[in-house]
Amino acid sequence: MVDNIRVTSEKVEGLYRKLDRDARNAGYNLNPDTAFTRELVEGLLVNEKRYGYWACPCRVAEGDIEKDRDIVCPCDYRDPDLAEFGSCFCALYVDDEIKNGNKKARSIPERRPDRETREHASKEKEEAITRPQEAGSFKPRLPVWRCTVCGYLAAREEPPLVCPICKAKKDRFERFL
Amino acid sequence: MYELERVEGDNRGDVRLYAISTCVWCRRTKKLLEDLGVGYSYVFVDLLDRDPRSEVEAEVMKWNPRCSFPTMVIDNKRCIVGFQEEEIREALTYGG
Ligand code: SF4
Repeated sequence: MVDNIRVTSEKVEGLYRKLDRDARNAGYNLNPDTAFTRELVEGLLVNEKRYGYWACPCRVAEGDIEKDRDIVCPCDYRDPDLAEFGSCFCALYVDDEIKNGNKKARSIPERRPDRETREHASKEKEEAITRPQEAGSFKPRLPVWRCTVCGYLAAREEPPLVCPICKAKKDRFERFL
Repeated sequence: MYELERVEGDNRGDVRLYAISTCVWCRRTKKLLEDLGVGYSYVFVDLLDRDPRSEVEAEVMKWNPRCSFPTMVIDNKRCIVGFQEEEIREALTYGG
């Protein structure tokens, strides 16, 4: 049981401000219901203490970064959920309509596949990368890396340390081509 | 084994809530139940150790294969996934 983790309100305020600034700079919005949003930010800080990273406050983390990487905030599902429902699963990030008060954030369906599907997909990905190229198939001059958070593509030897679009870290890039 | 926490209130059947302690939709769901004065049992899945957590997850997956939270199960018959305010009110209010 890890029930006794507390974070100070100064910490919450600090991270709230930082996330708000980063979101604005990258064209995203935090939920304008600031009490709701601060509760989620507190959840991120609690999870940072528990697991060492910002596991999604509304999902169950395994505590193993290899298994949780897709749900480190901002998760891989944020952008598709913003496009389809106008908010991420937790409703930390919202679209302009919700931000401007024209629509209310609501609880949306879970997009993250179940565990079995996730494990299967990660194996398939590995195999696809290591499989020898078929004759005549397109081979780029440089590897192409894809940011799993926002879809940004970069053709270079190594992925960037930080995604220039959404600021996700290097470990969120996957080999795309 | 894991234990459900009990919150006393009016008896509207067996209301079980599977929740995550840091999830704000889960908290809104608990608060709604408390505002409605309904007695219910809940568990914070993220606070469990691995074995009881797997047990709860297996149970939740029977109702909600994506195993997302909050998941509410009423009388072992009906399942409500997410903070669905109208649906919860309708399910737990007499004459509603
Ligand atoms: S973007 Fe939203 S749904 Fe995704 S991890 Fe962050 S808070 Fe959770």
